[in-house]
Amino acid sequence: MTAPPPPLGLLAELTHRCPLRCPYCSNPVELSRASAELDAETWGRVFREAAALGVLQLHLSGGEPAARRDLPEIVAHAARAGLYSNLITSGVLLDAGKLQALADAGLDHVQLSVQDAEEASADRIGGLRGGHARKLTFAEAVHAAGLPLTLNAVVHRQNLDRLPALIDLALSLGAGRLEVAHVQYYGWALRNRDALLPSRAQLDAATRTVTEARARLQGRLVIDYVVPDYHAHRPKACMGGWGRSFIAVSPAGRALPCHAAESLPGFDFPSVRDHSLADIWAHSEAFNRFRGTGWMPAPCQGCEHRERDWGGCRCQAFALTGEAAATDPACALSPHHHLLDLAVQEAAVAEGDFTYREMARATVPG
Amino acid sequence: MTVAPATVPRFARGMRLREDAARNRWVVVGPERLFVPDEIALEILRLIDGARSVDAIVDDLAARYDAPREAIAADVLALLSDLHGKGVVTP
Repeated sequence: MTAPPPPLGLLAELTHRCPLRCPYCSNPVELSRASAELDAETWGRVFREAAALGVLQLHLSGGEPAARRDLPEIVAHAARAGLYSNLITSGVLLDAGKLQALADAGLDHVQLSVQDAEEASADRIGGLRGGHARKLTFAEAVHAAGLPLTLNAVVHRQNLDRLPALIDLALSLGAGRLEVAHVQYYGWALRNRDALLPSRAQLDAATRTVTEARARLQGRLVIDYVVPDYHAHRPKACMGGWGRSFIAVSPAGRALPCHAAESLPGFDFPSVRDHSLADIWAHSEAFNRFRGTGWMPAPCQGCEHRERDWGGCRCQAFALTGEAAATDPACALSPHHHLLDLAVQEAAVAEGDFTYREMARATVPG
Repeated sequence: MTVAPATVPRFARGMRLREDAARNRWVVVGPERLFVPDEIALEILRLIDGARSVDAIVDDLAARYDAPREAIAADVLALLSDLHGKGVVTP
């Protein structure tokens, strides 16, 4: 096998600790404790290895990355390595002073999550009273610090009708970019799927809203928006293809082709404590298993779209079919595609109660 | 707001032109964004310094390349308008 092209992006999940409890959190259902987290020095080495390998963009995420007191030191490591650093934050743990320390350390960009445009609903979805108000204060601090801001809104049945208000919120907070991200249904979100899946009518209204807003706000606000899998005919090229352009590293140091890949069984994901990123990228069994097209089952094998969507999302394939190597059921050609319609119908008559994200109990506190 | 000959273009907040040594090219990086300029676009982007106007950029290029000034001006305006729409440069 020829050497794979170098990765472009690194997602550093610095911690699983977070004051929010969003029911669609992309962290694994088994959360890591603080005592298992990589230290700042090790992250610094990983960043230097990533830059040497060809990574340009670094996403500092979690959990809530600001739950780590050494975050400024970690940002400084990123800046020294020459990586473009993006802080993905809930904003509720950072005041103007702490944000300035991050800006001084060389932070390039802030991505702030909001749970809704309406305060009471936002606080209920995030599971933290007063959270939304703290986010708005934080956004003002980002603006005052002169840092570019992206607003990230994860959307679903319980907030999608307020998409116009979310767009207005992005403008009023001075964001240059709004990411409208439909919930991806694995891990925590799969547990809450009945409470979160939007209806077709909601989705169509949202798509019209985005189309209109993009035209009206061209040059003022960039809106990123992708149609959700459950209403799609073609799967998304998840992570741009397994092991093609992206590496995630978990709080405890596991290198993953996708941040949710730990939900897949039968893998031994290599640790950055034991291996260099270059070695992991080129030679690990985990990164090579679903790389390219050789592993693909029918109907992907021989399909003209196989090098565009790369078979879709492995985590979704496993969550819905029990087979990580199956064609993503989001594809209309998948024999399991009907499962998505079924889920939409079930959700339409379900209640809206959440199972909130939380650490498993009865273990030693981190 | 549109890009005009007197406009002084700047990179939008968070957008940086930098070398991508691993791939032997130059790129503009931003949040979740990566633009790979072709040779001509790169020449134009390198002249964006927050001081030069579009006119001054065109003058610079016209002095270095053997092409009619109007053709260069049209290329520069088209490129910068496109990048403005994409949020990469601001007037």
